[in-house]
Amino acid sequence: MEIKKGVAVSPGISIARSLTIDSEDYRIPRRPIEPSQRQAEIRRLRNAFRSAIDELANLDAAQDRTQEGRIRDIFAVHLHFLRDRGLQKKIGDLIRSEKVQAEYAVSAVLREIASHFSKAKDVYISERAADIRDIERRLLKQLLGKRREDVGHLTEEVVIVARELSPTQTAGFDRRFVKGLATDAGGRTSHTAIVARSLGIPAVVALEDLTEIVGAGNTIIVDGNRGIVIVNPDEQTIRQYEQYSREFAELRSRLDAIRGEPAVTRDGVRITLLGNIEFPDEAQLVLDKGGEGIGLYRTEFLYLNRETEPTEEEHYRAYAQTVAVFRDRPVVIRTMDLGADKYTQSRRFAPEPNPFLGLRSIRFCLQNLTMFKTQLRAILRASVQGDVRIMFPLITNLQELKQTRFILHDVMEDLHEESIKYNKNIPTGIMIETPSAALTAASLARDVDFFSIGTNDLTQYTLAVDRGNELVSTLYSSADPAVLRLIRMVCQDANKAQIETSICGEMASDPEFIMLLLGMGIRTISLAPPMLPEIKQIIRSVTIEECNSVARKALSMNSERQISSYLRNAARKILPEAF
Amino acid sequence: MQTGKDSVQKVVCEAEIEIKNADGLHMRPAMQFVDIANRFSSDVTVTSGENSADGKSIMQMSMLAATYGTKLEIKAEGVDAQKVIGALRELVEEKMFGEPPPKPKT
Repeated sequence: MEIKKGVAVSPGISIARSLTIDSEDYRIPRRPIEPSQRQAEIRRLRNAFRSAIDELANLDAAQDRTQEGRIRDIFAVHLHFLRDRGLQKKIGDLIRSEKVQAEYAVSAVLREIASHFSKAKDVYISERAADIRDIERRLLKQLLGKRREDVGHLTEEVVIVARELSPTQTAGFDRRFVKGLATDAGGRTSHTAIVARSLGIPAVVALEDLTEIVGAGNTIIVDGNRGIVIVNPDEQTIRQYEQYSREFAELRSRLDAIRGEPAVTRDGVRITLLGNIEFPDEAQLVLDKGGEGIGLYRTEFLYLNRETEPTEEEHYRAYAQTVAVFRDRPVVIRTMDLGADKYTQSRRFAPEPNPFLGLRSIRFCLQNLTMFKTQLRAILRASVQGDVRIMFPLITNLQELKQTRFILHDVMEDLHEESIKYNKNIPTGIMIETPSAALTAASLARDVDFFSIGTNDLTQYTLAVDRGNELVSTLYSSADPAVLRLIRMVCQDANKAQIETSICGEMASDPEFIMLLLGMGIRTISLAPPMLPEIKQIIRSVTIEECNSVARKALSMNSERQISSYLRNAARKILPEAF
Repeated sequence: MQTGKDSVQKVVCEAEIEIKNADGLHMRPAMQFVDIANRFSSDVTVTSGENSADGKSIMQMSMLAATYGTKLEIKAEGVDAQKVIGALRELVEEKMFGEPPPKPKT
């Protein structure tokens, strides 16, 4: 039994079988297997060889037969290597003798062979090392690709263990079977955290070397409340955790009971509680947990895990499906926000050195107008089905905003010419995510119908901290005085311009921040569905007077630690059982 | 060419075969060599200088990197040992892997 401490990022307890998925950079750690699994690994190896050979044979056959070119030679060489009678046997022997997974054995054997080749004096031979590495990649793709399929075809409950999780990997996690997440890397607002909270499953990150310790099919406990992961727990520990799990479930269902109650403060101020979603399927969950609409529909899922861009119809179907669930309640659709991520990076000839500061999100859209307009058309078409609102991410200045609105107007004209119906008065808003936007909120406010403060990115850009980097994750805090001042500035400027400001970052689902946000004038909050009942409970337990006082106090403090501590105590007094 | 017999009808056949094409035993010839060797059931061992390789393994044969003029020692062991030596000699010395010999120096 091994106990690892990390950072708790999504509450709950899960006890399940582990399923490790590897990242795509093919750095294969040595992972032990049970003696009984050796046969299965040999079979996986054999299948990987067979599939790789088939794949190559097809590629070879598709080549122009008359070409006596280098490419045909390469396929022939690779096929010969793959069919080499000693190779598969050597890898199989390693699996059997060392009891390691097929991926590791493939990598170990082929890297050794590549190294022999590269040491040869003859340049022609040393070049063959590249062929060997290519074959290694091809085999690993077969082995790891199948693992990815494993995630897509789960039949039992599992906890996913990985070095880190990208949007590509998590898209399509089936909540019926994925019951917890545990990663080596990551911080409080990493993608892992966001996905776990959306799914309502426990997650612990920053575990450093969990992937080295966990073997295939180990039992694993994820304690998302205390930030602990236990590998191969003993009987006593399992029983203890089953008890914790029961208690947590009871608390959850007590909170769920207030789903029908309105989110009104004790002194009668109505707060609008909305949900953050990624897939249309989650829309119903928002309603079930007491949300009144969608404050942030992240549309990136439509672009991930596929070779081609989504069509207008695919966009439209997803939006229409979501709007249908909410009818006349608001659905805020955010345009594509990808960047600093595989989608935009893999399509580049040379990856950007600073993707977070690079061509991402709205900037990417403004340079890929066909793709952007396709999404806008679909959103506009869906706008006649309900109360659809459109939101643009990462707007950093007025010029960018004007450009974007211009494009939107263009698309409206196109639809008009085609006699396709859309809402001419569709409310249009922007996300305030950067210091520049926050500091010029007054002028931006005149050109939009609403703001939504993306506290994750705002904190990141303001504090110059990468929220996914576990080396600096302790520096990242939304309770930093700089961040609070910017939020207050935005709220005040929005107020003057008489437009609505909502909060849609992870701050909105953190019980410690609710009083502060209400005290700064926020009346609309959007968060991941599982936390809706708890946040509603807090809202129903406070008065705006109390909140104003908390905000005043917090904004007068100078240190993040002081502010954090103060907010935690204030929240604890209101809702002791949440802590 | 020497031939020996042991009691189980296995034949051991050894021969010396010379590389006659200009570029020697690079990848394409090595692949042809291995393909021919694999058509027979006998084990094939190829020695070039100090290095030995399994004549049926492309991994090992490509490491030999025998150049023009190298004399390879081939040992075949099995029922069709003579046949495989014959086929390999034909490939290396007569067909020269379908490649040109070195240009004569002027």
